[in-house]
Amino acid sequence: MPEANLELQNEVAGLIVSALNLDISPEDIQPAAPLYGEGLGLDSIDILEVALAVSKHYGFQLRADNADNVSIFSSLASLTRHIAAHRTK
Amino acid sequence: MPTLPLIAHRRPDAVVAWRGKTPVTARQFLGDVKHLAGTLPPGRHVLNLCGDRYRFTVNLAACVVSGRVSLLPSTYTPEMVRQMRRIAPDVFCVADKDIDGVDLPGFRYPETMPPALSDPDIPEIDDAQVVAQVFTSGSTGVPLPHPKRWGNLVRNVRAEAERLGIGASHAILGTVPPQHMYGLESTVLMPLQSGAALHAAHPFYPADICAALAGLPRPRLLVTTPYHLRTILADQHTLPATDLILSATAPLSQPLAREAESRFGAPLYEIYGCTETGQLASRRPAAGAEWHALPGICLRSEGQSVWADGGHIETPTRLSDVIELIGDGKASSTFLLHGRHADLINIAGKRTSLAYLNHQLNAIPGVRDGVFLPPREDDPDCIGRLAALVVAPGLTAAALTQALRERIDPVFLPRPLLFVDALPRNATGKLPSHITQGLLDDLQSLGTSQAQEPA
Repeated sequence: MPEANLELQNEVAGLIVSALNLDISPEDIQPAAPLYGEGLGLDSIDILEVALAVSKHYGFQLRADNADNVSIFSSLASLTRHIAAHRTK
Repeated sequence: MPTLPLIAHRRPDAVVAWRGKTPVTARQFLGDVKHLAGTLPPGRHVLNLCGDRYRFTVNLAACVVSGRVSLLPSTYTPEMVRQMRRIAPDVFCVADKDIDGVDLPGFRYPETMPPALSDPDIPEIDDAQVVAQVFTSGSTGVPLPHPKRWGNLVRNVRAEAERLGIGASHAILGTVPPQHMYGLESTVLMPLQSGAALHAAHPFYPADICAALAGLPRPRLLVTTPYHLRTILADQHTLPATDLILSATAPLSQPLAREAESRFGAPLYEIYGCTETGQLASRRPAAGAEWHALPGICLRSEGQSVWADGGHIETPTRLSDVIELIGDGKASSTFLLHGRHADLINIAGKRTSLAYLNHQLNAIPGVRDGVFLPPREDDPDCIGRLAALVVAPGLTAAALTQALRERIDPVFLPRPLLFVDALPRNATGKLPSHITQGLLDDLQSLGTSQAQEPA
């Protein structure tokens, strides 16, 4: 991963921790581990909170064709890649 | 035997659903229902897991016309699926995508349906036919079934449509799943029984919800929850003009209701009901706090209890919520709701009871004692989470959370989960809630971290 993306990844981890008021530090989030279910344990309520923070912070809105299809959130790394490709600020 | 029709759409080319910008006619819908009913496997009990609301509706209707019963559990954890198998050994699930973790014989919703050529008759369904079993969380870990008869469901949603003024010209978008009562009533059965059109999608992100809404013809209705409304209002600068908003599952604050009304340019109504009776009343929170019973329904006070009767309610039913009737008499159709029954938990539209959660927690090997605490209601428009205090010297937080995940819906997983040496039970073994809440406050103010491992 390029250095800029690594920096973004750390920033996104911090955004998740602060948006959800998690009692862990951003470095504890494994980049490839699932964010929901058995990984970090987020659920759809959390995902929507993070989506709000992402849209506010990076100036674009997340989209999915269906509520079941929120694969951008499969891991911190995939969310970071998606933000890097779509951010407007 | 009295019967009621499957749908209220009068003409074969009336629009039953919108798939994106494509209308689905009553002719096509009835053809799809007939085709699916003829291809379903033999079992009488069905778990309808279709994510697409149109496919869910076709499958529900196919089950209704073929005498099958749809099972509607509150969650799909492995434990709940085991319970469904025990209650109905012939149960199978119908899904429109790959489903992980549901250990049941599966039937895949057909990718393509034959085109409907002729104009089929609208099926008539027996008033008394049980078409669904809705499950609530029993306190002993066994889900309690509530049979739903076709006639009662139809009369319920017709009263809802009458109250809201929904008719054949309306299009309806839901942000709630059709598998729970609110979504089933307001986004599936109400459109079918008022001649309105339902949107097939179940959009998730605020931008998707607004895009789907903007794509529907007017007049259009948004069926949603306080939690979705709050995120839409916070995230979207411009909102599509809307004609009516419906909210349920949790009380809405008056400021949020007023903001939603002014920014969508539409009146916002709330619906109140319970599993036993279905929908009971509506109100417009921007205009006042009083609830108005749906047509035909009357509330009566007897001693300390309030009973609901009339309209679509099959037998007089005692309500477990804290209700104050308005007016001088013992019976009224307007009332104030002062709180839900203390044991009931509702997070983002998912329902359970503290007794059920406590049963599941204490059934985990290694847990000596444990108790869930309800969320604090600091801000009605934010989602509160449960806390749990647990005595389990041999378990890690991760292992305990994983064991809970098998048993309860993830929205009820405790945050924080705190380990203690013992619970402050009183002489009768009870845990007064102010004592447990005080213990939780003490532990949190000591800086005890979330999911702290036992020492």
